[in-house]
Amino acid sequence: MTLDAILFYVFAAAAVGSALVVVGQRHPTYSAFALIVTLCSLSAVFGLLGSPFIAVLQVVVYAGAIMVLFLFVLMLLSVKREEPPARGAWGVKATAIGLGAVLVAQVGSVLAASARVTPAAPGFNASTGHVARLLFSPAYLYVFEATSILILAALVGAVALAKREM
Amino acid sequence: MAFLAWFVSRLFSLDVMPFLALFLPLGGFIVLSLLEPGIRRDREERGAVLLACTTVFLSFLCLLWTALHMDEAARTLADFRVQWRLPPRASPYLPYQPSLPWLDWIDVSGVHVPFALLLDRLSSVMTLVVTGVGFLIHVYSIGYMAHDEDRVRYFSYLNLFTFFMLLLVMAGNLPVMFIGWEGVGLCSYLLIGFWYKKKSAADAGKKAFIVNRLGDAGLILGMIAAFYSFGTFDTFALTEGAGALQPEKWGEFGPMTVAALLLFVGACGKSAQIPLHVWLPDAMEGPTPVSALIHAATMVTAGVYMVARLGPLYAHSETAIAVVAIVGTVTALMAATIALVQTDIKRVLAYSTVSQLGYMFLACGVGAFGVGVFHLFTHAFFKALLFLGSGSVIHAMGGEQDMRKMGGLWRKIPWTFGTFVVGTLAIAGIPPLAGFFSKDAILGSALGEGHKILFAVGLLTAALTAFYMARLLFLTFFGPFRGGHEAEHHLHESPWVMLGPLVILAVGSIGAGFVPVPEMLAVVFRQPAEEGHHAAWLPMVATLVAILGIAGAYWLYLMLPDLAARLGARLRPIGRVLEEKYYFDRVYDAFASRVVVEGSRKVLWQGLDASLIDGAVNGIGSVTAGFARAVRVAQTGLVRAYALLILGGAVTVLGYLLWAR
Amino acid sequence: MSAGADLTTPALLLSAGLFAIGVVGVFLRRNVITVFMCVELMLNAVNLAFIAFSRWRGTLDGQVLVFFVLTVAAAEAAVGLAIIIAAQRNRDTLDVDSFNLLKW
Repeated sequence: MTLDAILFYVFAAAAVGSALVVVGQRHPTYSAFALIVTLCSLSAVFGLLGSPFIAVLQVVVYAGAIMVLFLFVLMLLSVKREEPPARGAWGVKATAIGLGAVLVAQVGSVLAASARVTPAAPGFNASTGHVARLLFSPAYLYVFEATSILILAALVGAVALAKREM
Repeated sequence: MAFLAWFVSRLFSLDVMPFLALFLPLGGFIVLSLLEPGIRRDREERGAVLLACTTVFLSFLCLLWTALHMDEAARTLADFRVQWRLPPRASPYLPYQPSLPWLDWIDVSGVHVPFALLLDRLSSVMTLVVTGVGFLIHVYSIGYMAHDEDRVRYFSYLNLFTFFMLLLVMAGNLPVMFIGWEGVGLCSYLLIGFWYKKKSAADAGKKAFIVNRLGDAGLILGMIAAFYSFGTFDTFALTEGAGALQPEKWGEFGPMTVAALLLFVGACGKSAQIPLHVWLPDAMEGPTPVSALIHAATMVTAGVYMVARLGPLYAHSETAIAVVAIVGTVTALMAATIALVQTDIKRVLAYSTVSQLGYMFLACGVGAFGVGVFHLFTHAFFKALLFLGSGSVIHAMGGEQDMRKMGGLWRKIPWTFGTFVVGTLAIAGIPPLAGFFSKDAILGSALGEGHKILFAVGLLTAALTAFYMARLLFLTFFGPFRGGHEAEHHLHESPWVMLGPLVILAVGSIGAGFVPVPEMLAVVFRQPAEEGHHAAWLPMVATLVAILGIAGAYWLYLMLPDLAARLGARLRPIGRVLEEKYYFDRVYDAFASRVVVEGSRKVLWQGLDASLIDGAVNGIGSVTAGFARAVRVAQTGLVRAYALLILGGAVTVLGYLLWAR
Repeated sequence: MSAGADLTTPALLLSAGLFAIGVVGVFLRRNVITVFMCVELMLNAVNLAFIAFSRWRGTLDGQVLVFFVLTVAAAEAAVGLAIIIAAQRNRDTLDVDSFNLLKW
């Protein structure tokens, strides 16, 4: 077992564990924190998989901005501890868990099967420069500019939706 | 000018005259119905009434002309056959059968029913009776219904009835006859229930129609059976076809027997024979002229006419003709016994009609169809006379019909009394009045064909007939007046509008016996014209029996009235049975109310309709609703549920893509 | 820093597992913000899958796609939270089951 593998399994366990906390925790704020832990663990996994740029981006954007936004909203709305689920909703839950399991099986089988067929390709360099070069190439340039407009739209939309009537 | 000549020649032809006679009363009905709402003044009303009488009179004249010219046409047709060297007909009987060429009623594959008439001596006799007596009754009604508000409606119905009755007796095939058959039933209902605001009248109308309908079921089946066996509805063709087949023995239910029996069921309904006789006495709720016309002279004789018209069919079926004779005889006797205890003057006459109709069927039943029609002919005269006379009595009594409240009227209403006596003697069978000849002929035929029991019963019934008719005469016209002072002051003779027809009918009752009807009609029934020789002692015995009956009534009701009361008390049980009309009405009522009504309510309404059919329809509704309720889960509005469905869908698609291919 | 090739399969399985947890969480939680967070969890699982495949195939397209997913997730989070705030102001509750007007 190489160091990478060990580290991978450690961070994977952390991710799964905090994901379960996210799902199982009653208080939304604690769920948010757990999700931050998950994100950071995933960031580490990204790094272990040879993608430093994305790893940093994950921490900065996801954990740093999006989750902060979540926490802002949680604080704004002063969410309380969540009530226990309504009676009779166990049908929905059971169905959901069942279907979730099936989904895992399906997705997992697809993913695992594909990777087993051929081994990983060598010579993989995902440094910032290389990614940036691909990002600004004609293949993805339009999409890149479009996302900026998307963010503008989101900005305007969020303001319009959430403001109070004057 | 030439056109006028052509028009007249076309008019006075056997193709047009019968139809003219037929449709004149119908026109009267239509005109009167249309005018009726608009009539306000007396003068207008009188005009309408006069119109109604005129149409019937004109119809009578047309039919008279037709009757006189009919033999010519038959001869012409026979010459025609000779000229063209066509084979002569098997029988010398050749009716004239005009039809409306542009009015084929039914014309589908295999079934062809034209709107055809059949004119021969039998139809002549019938149509002349219908229009002749009918006209007299129209005239009588002018006086009888003078104070009634709905006169115009009454006369329109009378005209309509005349049309249907003429159609019935002139019809050339069974379906057309059936139109007339149903039509007279309808008019009977309308006229019996004429005073519809009176519940008993409305009920009587319904009863008549419904009982008739039962008979009609048999009639329709009989028509179908006849068509099935012979391939035609045409009455002439049916009789010819029957003549060609082998006669069917007793107990053999061949095609002729079946058809004849079923048709006879219809005749029982229309002619009030046992067990379908129950409507006729109740029908007395209608105005008296109606009783005279419909329930004495014409409509009830339709059954007899039908049997006579299909005479050869019955003659060739031993079973059917025996049934006719037996039913007729039994009916005659039973009705006569019931008439003995009736207290309503019209009821006595009603049961008397039933009894006399039984005589007619007895005659037909022993093969003497001509004699049966002869009795029909004479009966029309004296029964109409008796009914109209009773109407005159009722008119004088201010509406009272109970004989126990009458008495000694011969001084107050002499003309009515005189004609009534004539009618009574006629029906009792005293020579030389009409009833004697026809009744004697019936008894003679029965004896001559060897039916001793039928003859004996017939003779007994004749005695009873004389007895109860004399009883009616004595109770009504003789003895002390039992009606109270007010009624006594009201007694007055009827106007000449009413007395005139009475006198004419009285003359007819005397003279009708001398018309040689059986000889005239023998050719229609394919029978030899000379009758078998009757026993010479028969007329004397019959007359003796009649005199005995009258004497008995005189003795019991005039000489020793308390003896009658004592006898009545002793014979109470028998009296009960007779008063209850042999319990026919009770049995029918029990059947109708218990079985039909209760059965309908319990089984058909609640069981079948409410539970089954409604249940099925509601069930479909509730199944759909339940299904909708189940599916509605998908539309709860719960976001979670929707998300679940999305997940489920995704899983399903993935599963299909991964594992099913 | 390329490591052993056999990290791909475990990474993919991890991705599947995280995705499933996210799915279950969407149905199990009542607070709408928590549901949203589970959706983010699902997105992250997808990101992980992209990265793993990118490494396995040796191309950088996966990285770029993750970049875009990240961006879109940010925009989506902003707008989604704004909607949630507006909805809460309307209904005064953050219970998922109370937003049940999506029916006729």
